[in-house]
Amino acid sequence: MAENKLIGHNYTPSDLVAKVTGRARYAEDFRADGMLFCKLLVSPMPHARVRSIDTSAALAMPGVKAILTADDLPDFGGAEKALTNEPFYAGEPILAVAAVDEVTAAEAVERINVDLEPMAFVVDPLESLRPGGPNARTTGNAWGPPMPGGQGPNAPAPPKTIKWTEQQFADADEGRLPIGEPGEEWSYGDLDAGFKSAAIVLDETFVVQSTGHHPMETRSAMAYWQNGKLYLHCSTQSVAQTVPAVARWVGIEPTQIVLISEYTGGGFGSKGGGTVSMAIPALLSKKANAPVMMRISRDDESYIGRARTNMTGRVKAGFAKDGRITALDLFIVQDNGSYGPMGDHRSAGLAASIIYQPPAMRWRAISVLTNTPPRSQQRSPGPMQANGMIEPLITKAAKQLGIDQVEIRKINSPVGKAIYGPVGPTGQRPRLTSAFVVEALDKGKETFRWDERKAYSGQRRGSKVRGVGVAVGPHGAGSIGFDSLMTIRPDGKLYVQSGVGNLGTHSVMDLARVAAEVLAMPWEKVEVVWGDTGKGVPWSCLSVGSQTTHAMTRANFAGANDAKRKLQEIAARDLGGAPDDYELGNERVYRRGSPGSGMSYIQAAKRAIELGGKYDGHEVPDDVNAMTKRAAAMHAGLGVMGVAKDNYPRNGTTYSFVVGFAEVEVDVETGKVTLIDYLGVGDVGTVINPRSLLAQIKGGSCLGIAHALQQKWVFDQKYGLMVSRRFHYTKPLTILDIPVSMQADAVNLPDPETPVGARGVGEPPVGAGYGAVLNAIADAVGVDVFRRAPVTSDLVLMSLENGRRMHEPLQAHV
Amino acid sequence: MDQPPSEARSGVSRRAFIKGVIASGAVASSAAYLFRGSGETIFGQASAPESVERLITLNVNGQMRRVDVIKQETLAMTLRYKLGLTGTKIGCDRAECGACTVLVDDVPHYSCSMLTHSVRGRRVQTIEGLASGGQLHPVQQAVVDEQGFQCAFCMPGFVMAAVGFFKTNPNPTRQELAHGISGNLCRCQDYDKILTSLMRGGEYMRRT
Repeated sequence: MAENKLIGHNYTPSDLVAKVTGRARYAEDFRADGMLFCKLLVSPMPHARVRSIDTSAALAMPGVKAILTADDLPDFGGAEKALTNEPFYAGEPILAVAAVDEVTAAEAVERINVDLEPMAFVVDPLESLRPGGPNARTTGNAWGPPMPGGQGPNAPAPPKTIKWTEQQFADADEGRLPIGEPGEEWSYGDLDAGFKSAAIVLDETFVVQSTGHHPMETRSAMAYWQNGKLYLHCSTQSVAQTVPAVARWVGIEPTQIVLISEYTGGGFGSKGGGTVSMAIPALLSKKANAPVMMRISRDDESYIGRARTNMTGRVKAGFAKDGRITALDLFIVQDNGSYGPMGDHRSAGLAASIIYQPPAMRWRAISVLTNTPPRSQQRSPGPMQANGMIEPLITKAAKQLGIDQVEIRKINSPVGKAIYGPVGPTGQRPRLTSAFVVEALDKGKETFRWDERKAYSGQRRGSKVRGVGVAVGPHGAGSIGFDSLMTIRPDGKLYVQSGVGNLGTHSVMDLARVAAEVLAMPWEKVEVVWGDTGKGVPWSCLSVGSQTTHAMTRANFAGANDAKRKLQEIAARDLGGAPDDYELGNERVYRRGSPGSGMSYIQAAKRAIELGGKYDGHEVPDDVNAMTKRAAAMHAGLGVMGVAKDNYPRNGTTYSFVVGFAEVEVDVETGKVTLIDYLGVGDVGTVINPRSLLAQIKGGSCLGIAHALQQKWVFDQKYGLMVSRRFHYTKPLTILDIPVSMQADAVNLPDPETPVGARGVGEPPVGAGYGAVLNAIADAVGVDVFRRAPVTSDLVLMSLENGRRMHEPLQAHV
Repeated sequence: MDQPPSEARSGVSRRAFIKGVIASGAVASSAAYLFRGSGETIFGQASAPESVERLITLNVNGQMRRVDVIKQETLAMTLRYKLGLTGTKIGCDRAECGACTVLVDDVPHYSCSMLTHSVRGRRVQTIEGLASGGQLHPVQQAVVDEQGFQCAFCMPGFVMAAVGFFKTNPNPTRQELAHGISGNLCRCQDYDKILTSLMRGGEYMRRT
């Protein structure tokens, strides 16, 4: 693809007009005749057991149609269900009522008697590790390492009980994270030698907060049954992969599900492969024999809507005189929340190894269960927390050694196919597919006019002082092995089926442009079909983990080349010569060098239907997923079909990077921190859609910036209840909290291990924004002002007034 | 709850627990899952004899619409569930996010926090009523041209807030427009591009 006509160019995605006119329908915008409404009864206690439920008064109310309890749901051997008889957090749904309207459902909920037995609970992971501390579950308080064989079966092994000694907790009195028995660990290199050779060794503790995902659209869902099939209108980050998940949650076969999710109002990792609560309208609808709308309120979303794992990290690092890290010893206590098991702590360890490239490193971590709402991956799960825990220490080292912030990162950044992490199952340490972080740092340094800004940072003007900060946000950016499905039909159009979620990243359209590029099809003649399994979609990746652009450009590249080959074969068959004698252009397949020859796509599509077999999709490759085969069967006979699995080789692990540059102004009299300017520069491979890419970088950065400045979860520690519900009590960034203009850019260097060269981008900007702003604040007011985020005004002010850190050093959710 | 749970059997009953929680000042109660703090939602409320008239006429997007409305019904619910205008989104239920913003007599309002009865005799405009004669409104066209939003769940609210703001300040600076739409939240959060697209909308409006 030497001269790309579509890839790398801006365009107008075809769903924008529907969105801007209000015609785009999200889950709660669908209606069905006789639709009932549903309300949830949620646990008021952080941990309890249901002794008995009396629903008689509720069921006697006119208009109440059905009540669903945990007993109506399939059992997953301890894994999370949509309803429970043993709530593990305050706000966990116990039952659901379907009624003719919401008020009747809500009144019915009030008339239900649930007798709860309160049980021991804990909201702070360190409290659970103390000798005699409470366990979040009767079965234990910490998840062990993952079971061999990847994710393992549905039900995780039971948690372990791990307690540390009073002696180990002695460090807590000093405000340092105590270190006891870890749940798991790895290491490489000679740690002791690394520390011995260091010019300085730093040892710091940092608390990274938890925040709810809170997409603008809550996890509302509507369901009904027709002819034994479940029709589910929902909000998800993957249409294809939500089907098997719902099948499991509801207890039916994937083939019994028609899943519709055309527009998803944000997810950020909280709607990965669907949401467990989707089982509620599905099964209530079956029980009530009527459609059921489950409208999830913002309050409900605060509880069941998922959140980031919070982590407390202790970081010990040695640095040579030139700023090179000589050794890194990282200990993480992860608050896993009430379900899981979560793996953010593992991603954090690997990310630290990648972005700082220590020659010797030890990672130890423990993932502790607490009676707080369940976590899920939140935009850069793990690497972002690693940025938070480690960046302040890097900045401190740079200050002590008299090295520029950008320079110390250039010295320690991964280059090319850099090695990272511990020795893997293959007996070797893993490698990246590529990294161009140094290029991104250089580009950003110039664009941001770093040296100019640095010259006046730290100087007080009146009560104001400026500071600049930089950070490198990394994240895994691509999976492999998914399928694609497309047809060129006798109407002359290319139909590209897509099973990914439509979250507004426009990747659902971008991917089709890769297919159109290969097939030399004008964009006006491309129809993207998405959002409805009833229309036949191929097996696709989850739109999480910054996977989509990488995984599905590969898949669509494979499918488009399959269609191309078939066009060439059809032409050669009818017009003579070998398939390779033919090329594509002007909506024709023609003899090389003779664009007027050959046949049009319309003719080829008709011919494919006559020929049948593989040409029109009656035969498909064996290695594609069963879902792809079902979708191909729906489209067989409609034209030339491109259907293939991504079997391209990949040597290495795919990571993307975004470098964040921030300038802040701190008012030392009020403690207020204002973000003055921000730049994000992406190393994300080939740029597919420039405008969307820059939006991802700026938007993702803002999530990180909000973590640095204002958002956090707060719990009432005595009663185990969430205080920071809704938007009001944990306010996201508003349009007034960002600079008047923000900047973004990308180095646009292709990744050599994927045919289109593109990597994902959704996540790396988050850690970049988080780290860059934390570093800028430290640059303005000194490195010893804070060791937890967000850095709120009171925290800055108290520390400055007292000349030392004044915040609670270890406690979670305060 | 009509019947208290058996307090004798449980060491700490649900009720005592809640009392303690309220005493502690923490925010949670058995009522936390309700649509409104009062425990009332809009559907199926029988009207008392002395209550206001239920069958009213509303002027929505230039059309007179007869609709059956209970007294505590919010405009957002009427628009979405009675008039089929689902372009108005509900993001938070209580005036925190602005996704439900509509114009009432040209002024932006959070329709989730406005009673439908209070808009009788007033002009209500929603996102569905902006385009006319098959032509997008200039602000809508600008949002398409600049690809202003991502997931776009907040988009109708932002667009209505901006259209309302331009009626009072047709030629704002970026800072002024940012203030004008600061009652709207976005979680995809490229506010920079949102502002650029809406500024372009103002420019298009001035040209027409």
